[in-house]
Amino acid sequence: MLHSLQAEFEAAKSFAASDDQMLEFYRQMLLIRRFEEKAGQLYGLGLIGGFCHLYIGQEAVAIGLQSALDNDKDSVITGYRDHGHMLAYGIDPKVIMAELTGREAGISKGKGGSMHMFSTEHKFYGGHGIVGAQVALGGGLALAHQYNEDGGLCLAYFGDGAANQGQVYETFNMAALWNLPIVFVVEDNQYAMGTASARSSAETRFHRRGTAFRIPGMDVDGMNVLEVRAAAEVAFKHVRDGKGPVLMELNTYRYRGHSMSDPAKYRTRDEVQEQREKYDPIERLKKSLVEAGHDEADLKAIDKDIRKIVTEAADFSESSPEPEPSELYTDILVEKY
Amino acid sequence: MAIELKMPALSPTMEEGTLAKWLKAEGDTIEPGDIIAEIETDKATMEFEAIDDGVLTKILVAEGTENVAVGTVIAQLEGEGEESAPAASAPAASETPAPAPAPAPAAEKPAVSAPANDPAIPAGTSFTSTPVREALRDAMAEEMRNDRRVFVMGEEVAEYQGAYKVTQGLLDEFGPKRVIDTPITEYGFAGIGAGAAMGGLKPVVEFMTFNFAMQAIDHIVNSAAKTNYMSGGQMRCPIVFRGPNGAASRVGAQHSQNYGPWYASVPGLIVIAPYDSADAKGLMKAAIRTDDPVVFLENELVYGRNFDVPDLDDHVLPIGKARIVREGKDATIVTYSIGVGLALEAAETLAAEGIDAEVIDLRTLRPLDKQAVLDSLAKTNRMVVAEEGWPTCSIASEIVSICMEEGFDDLDAPVIRVCNEDVPLPYAANLEKIALIDAPRIVEAVKKVCYV
Repeated sequence: MLHSLQAEFEAAKSFAASDDQMLEFYRQMLLIRRFEEKAGQLYGLGLIGGFCHLYIGQEAVAIGLQSALDNDKDSVITGYRDHGHMLAYGIDPKVIMAELTGREAGISKGKGGSMHMFSTEHKFYGGHGIVGAQVALGGGLALAHQYNEDGGLCLAYFGDGAANQGQVYETFNMAALWNLPIVFVVEDNQYAMGTASARSSAETRFHRRGTAFRIPGMDVDGMNVLEVRAAAEVAFKHVRDGKGPVLMELNTYRYRGHSMSDPAKYRTRDEVQEQREKYDPIERLKKSLVEAGHDEADLKAIDKDIRKIVTEAADFSESSPEPEPSELYTDILVEKY
Repeated sequence: MAIELKMPALSPTMEEGTLAKWLKAEGDTIEPGDIIAEIETDKATMEFEAIDDGVLTKILVAEGTENVAVGTVIAQLEGEGEESAPAASAPAASETPAPAPAPAPAAEKPAVSAPANDPAIPAGTSFTSTPVREALRDAMAEEMRNDRRVFVMGEEVAEYQGAYKVTQGLLDEFGPKRVIDTPITEYGFAGIGAGAAMGGLKPVVEFMTFNFAMQAIDHIVNSAAKTNYMSGGQMRCPIVFRGPNGAASRVGAQHSQNYGPWYASVPGLIVIAPYDSADAKGLMKAAIRTDDPVVFLENELVYGRNFDVPDLDDHVLPIGKARIVREGKDATIVTYSIGVGLALEAAETLAAEGIDAEVIDLRTLRPLDKQAVLDSLAKTNRMVVAEEGWPTCSIASEIVSICMEEGFDDLDAPVIRVCNEDVPLPYAANLEKIALIDAPRIVEAVKKVCYV
């Protein structure tokens, strides 16, 4: 049982995407890439403050998984590296960028910032700044799906660093015990902040970590969007069939630092360069698209459109006003006492 | 020669119990390990096991007898062997209380806290005497009947019927979907509760005691309290974290802490700490109904006390409102939770000496009813704050600040804090007694602010 999902996935590892789907994946991944590059620039200009964790390199994970969700029912929760997961929903890049610059028009009215963004309308529950906390919270969202019998599942992302937090295993235990509809996703980008997986984790094959709780694991190339999507199909079906939680390990790589203030002393430039050249998820999909008959010029046009969207988002985020000082005292409590 | 069998203490706070049933009759031969009787307390029914052998010669307390004090001789055993003398000094109860376990007078006869003078209760309402634990249970049950989103989760809340019997009967009425036993993993289930609240449910999460909630405080503070603000009002977390708080009895430092000041310092949380049954019920219902996250601090020593609860179909009290539990004109005692009983006791003593003390029960620690405190100060011009908890950075400290900043002109004397000693709570009976706040200390402080 613990290996059955992996076996099913191995049998058909690449999602048979239609041409439209392939183009959409390409477009969405590119949007995340360009958005994050722009966020990096705005940070350098001092327009974005505090902590800012970029998703560059990991795009295939959010797009591959979230494209398989039923957005009317399913919920998503993640940690602080959350820009990509929001963009994957098609949420307006303007309100996300305006949140990064701390403006009134931001999706959290400028009061959350990069790490704390939510869209309950899309059933996206954040955006959490405490490493690992979103795993237990995701267990609660799954409990709500089960309690309400709404047929939804919760997709709960966390990193290889969070995978060592105790509450993750408390949640595994209860999720398996109560047969909760939840997909746990370890986004293994190889580094817990600056500590390589092998230096912080006794078991780096994270998909095995559900074994003690009888949670089946899946080992997925997170740099290949079609493979991620194929794995998502298998995992989500298992959960939707009422068979309980699944643990997916998505092997990926972040090109940028942990946050903007990363000294980059813990890995070599060559290592990063090799990943970019050999495994970049966008370039790989682009190659498939070209092979499928799309010419470079069409793909360039997509890039141009996206750059325009991102530039507009950046302009919006710079020109929007900061929150009114009176906003300091709103949204602390819901009710009046 | 005869061995006396004494009423055993089955928990650290048990003072008396019911001798529910004798399972042996006079003349029966008893072997060690035999179950002799069933003892019922307000928390549980337990079996009373023999540790000596002999013949049960005399039953001194009939079955069905209620309120049998711990230590009462309930039967006599005659040793079979003529030379079984050493057993004589060993009473049957293995958990014989330490020397001088005599319950503090305050605990035995709490001063009356009459909800009748609560302006929130309509005149002419009748009342039923109810233990605090049942008032809390009734509040949860009523809200569960009213709103299918409400459910209860925690350690031993379902099949065991609650470690302190607060959730007794809920499993029978609402079933395992809505009364959920969790593993002993506070961090995890507090997070699952908070997530379920974010997902639209209304969880009531029981901590067996708030001491264990320190494992989970991240979710209470970082997840539950801050999310509404960080999301610009999008994402709510309507959850109640509840359980006993503060010192119990002889359970040592790790199980005896008042977390009121900790949680009350966090914007985004509601913190409630009721004293009597009417407040426990009315505020629990309000806590479940509100869309804000609530920390609901109960007190184990108060669970078994009986107080009047109004016979109303829907007794809901306002959050954030203190109550004058005793009117007075000479000095004000501000307090909450178990401190209310001590303050009322102190007020009785003071009255006998000609000092008319007013007692204010804060009931909600956040948002704090500043106005009630300042109004009373304006009336009496003297104030003592009585708190079962540490003095440093306490609710008492906060009240002192409020009086300094906003009531300075009304002060005829410095406000005095009467709290526990600033030490981890010791186990030894005598040291514990010294460390904990009591009525005489409040009396002394009131006299001091009255300069008598």
